[in-house]
Parts: sequence; structure tokens; C-alpha cells
Amino acid sequence: MSKLFSDENKAAFTSPLNLNNPITVQVLGICSALAVTSQLKPAIVMGLSVTVITAFSNVIISLLRKTIPNRIRIIVQLVVVAALVTIVSQLLKAYVYDVSVQLSVYVGLIITNCILMGRLEAFAMQNGPWPSFLDGIGNGLGYAAILVIVGFFRELFGFGTLFGYQVIPQFMYDAGYTNNGMMVMPAMSLIIVGLVIWAHRAYNKEEVK
Amino acid sequence: MKLNTNGNVYTFCYAAVMVIIVAFLLAFVASALKETQEANVANDTKGQILSALGYDKAAIDVAAVYAEKVQDNLFEDGELTAYDGKFNTTYGSLIKEGVLHVFTGTTANGEQAYVLPVVGRGLWGGLWGYIAVNETKDKVLGTYFYHESETAGLGARISEKWFQDQFNGRPIFGEDGEVALTVVKAGAAKDEFEVDGVTGATLTSNGVAAMVKDGLTAYEDFLGGSKCAAEEECPACKEMDEKECGGCEQACEQACGSCEKKCEETDVEQ
Repeated sequence: MSKLFSDENKAAFTSPLNLNNPITVQVLGICSALAVTSQLKPAIVMGLSVTVITAFSNVIISLLRKTIPNRIRIIVQLVVVAALVTIVSQLLKAYVYDVSVQLSVYVGLIITNCILMGRLEAFAMQNGPWPSFLDGIGNGLGYAAILVIVGFFRELFGFGTLFGYQVIPQFMYDAGYTNNGMMVMPAMSLIIVGLVIWAHRAYNKEEVK
Repeated sequence: MKLNTNGNVYTFCYAAVMVIIVAFLLAFVASALKETQEANVANDTKGQILSALGYDKAAIDVAAVYAEKVQDNLFEDGELTAYDGKFNTTYGSLIKEGVLHVFTGTTANGEQAYVLPVVGRGLWGGLWGYIAVNETKDKVLGTYFYHESETAGLGARISEKWFQDQFNGRPIFGEDGEVALTVVKAGAAKDEFEVDGVTGATLTSNGVAAMVKDGLTAYEDFLGGSKCAAEEECPACKEMDEKECGGCEQACEQACGSCEKKCEETDVEQ
């Protein structure tokens, strides 16, 4: 057990949550952070799906890493990711149809998520299955965390709701408060991501270079 | 033994084996799950029809309520005939071919209604929906809209209840007998024919407007037929209908047009 949670493995899991966050530090996966964060619920579902798929594709590529021909490694990685995404979406359709309807296009978007390719290429190709699994979970959650933060602000100020429930009380609207339409626009999520990156780097001035 | 993973032969074999394994795996998964998936889709479609009838599809046993309340019909040669074939889950190509399905049923409030499937295009992909009209076929009782891939939080909001409920109780036809029900920019609705669109999703809202217009126009024979029947209240009309129309719908519609005028004239004379 102690070996399973050695410092190195712990670092593989925790560093993408903070100092090596895929969005704020590596600046990967920005495109999907724009598309699915206008409300909290799709942001969370997308974050979790990416976490699961990153973890398992990391494990599979890590198991195959010594046999993969170097010249077609990107293709092999893509095939693995695409096959996993397809199987997951088929399973969702068969057993949790409601969720699959909600995810619709996002499942397809996961295949092209740069974080997946980045982790496969940078980590799973050099490390064993268990650290790769932790790395995948860590990166997925790091990505999900930023999505949730952006989704929270966009839904709160854009619609006055959270998870679809009204949270800004009616008397505020009566007193002249209005929802910020700008928050609903994709451009605003870039601005929020920028602000999050700014805050994150200002806080970790020494560590992040 | 150390494999030479850079050789051409190895690379080709690896790719071939990988593709075969993955193809087999995907084919297996797809065929193993096909039946469950199709049942889910059929069930969901029935739920959408019930949703247009004002039921909350998340709160009821869709299959049971559908079997009890809704009947699938075909509209052919001016008549509705019960449809016993396999339940359809998409109606776009059927409507194009002129195969018009009409669902008869009762709404959650107990009103008789006809549910018409409609299809259209949004910003990124297809839209579809079901529109429930009342017994005299001139008012909307409820709607259900959904989309393939509209933007979450913007165009995707057409699938939310507040948007769909705006259509309830709206008249369908304007004075000229054309479909007048439409969707306009959010907050710009002036009269009862105009429904507020979704803020920030003008193109999807326009897509819904076009879908409602085209969809209801495709069912013009079905809807128009009874529009004529509604005019029967006027005795002069009734006579005229029987004499001149003889059941032929187009002629009937024309006659109705002139009939309306005639009615007004008689009213004035009286």
C-alpha cells in the first residue's frame, strides 16, 4: 500500500490540481471550457466525463507503451481515446439515457480535448499504469475544478440561478438588478478563465514560472 | 527478446491488429446494446409527445400513460386512420415523403388534442418538436422542442419549459389563413402570434420560428380542413360548403375564404 501512494504517485495526482493545472498553468482544453460553462450542470458532467476517460485511456496507453510503434503513436492514442469515448457514449445511451441526452455533443468533444492527448503523450508513454491512472484522475479533476468555477460565475451572474434554481432573490430584480447578458456569451468565459489564471499565478508567485 | 518497434512491417501489423480489435469491440458493444438503446429512444419519443400534451415526463411511467392516452394515426386522403406499424422515433424524412403522422390524445387537463411532429434546423444541427393543437385545430395547447447540438445555456434553452409554455393557448392562423405563429427577438413580442425568443440565441430562435411555420404548413390539409368546418356555424356557409365543396378540401378552403366575406355581408344586412 505504501508503495501505491509514494510521494511520486501523490505528486502525479495532486500537482495537476494546483501548480500544474491543465487549464490555468498548461493552458490546455480552453476550447471546451468556453463551450460548456454557461451553466453549472453541463460543466460538472463534462468535467467528470473527461476525468473518467483521461484516467482509463492513460491506463491503456501505459500498458501498451512498450509495444507502440513510435511513428504511429499519436494515431494509436487517438484510436484508444475514440474507442473509449464511443463505448462510454453507447453505454450511457443504453443505461442512463437521460444523462446521454444531456451530454450529447460533449461526449464527442472529449475525443478532441487537448488535455487527453497531452497527458497520454507526456505521461502515460513514460510511466506505469498506476501512476498514469492517478495522473489521469488528477488532471481530469483539475480541469473539472476550473470548469466549475467558471460555470458558477457565469450561471450566477448570467442567469441569476445555480443548477437551474433561482438564487438571486426577486427583490433584487425589483430594486433594479438585471442579469448580465455578457456573462452568457462565450467571450466572457475566456475573460473569467483569464482572471482565474491571474489570481492563481499571483497567489503562487514563487512556484509557477 | 527486444522488439524492433520501428520497423515498417511491425508498424503495419500493429496498426492492422489494433484496428481489427477496436472494430470488433465497437461492433460487439453496438450490437449488444442496440435493443436497449432503441427501446430507450422509443420511450423518450413517447415522453416527448406526452410532454407536448402537458404531462411531466420525468414524473410518470411514460410507456403506460402513452399506451392509455395516445393513439398514433396516419393522415391520408383527408382522413385519420389508426397506425399499427412499428413506432417511429424520427419524423423528418416521413414528413418530406408526405407520410403525416397525427397523434390523438388527451392533455393532462383532459382536453382532446392532436399532436403533430415538426422538424427544423437550428444553428449547429437539427431541431425537432411536437405541437399539440386543440380539437378545432386553431390553437396550440402545448409544445415540446429539442435539439441535436445547440449551445448549452443559449440555444439549448429552447428545450426548457418556460420557453415551450409560452406557446400555450396561442392561435395558429392569421387573418389570411396562413400560419402566423412565430418566434421573435426576446422582449419584442407585440401580439398573440409572437412568442419571445431566447436571449443570445437569435439563430436558434429563428430556427424554431421556421420549424413551427414549416411544420404546421406541412399539416395544412389536416389543420385547414377543420378550419373550414369551424365556419359551418354560419348557415350560409354550411349550404355553400355542401353544394360547392363536396368534400374536396382545397375547394372547401377557397369557399371558406369567400364564405367568410359572405357571412360578414349577411351580418351587416341583418
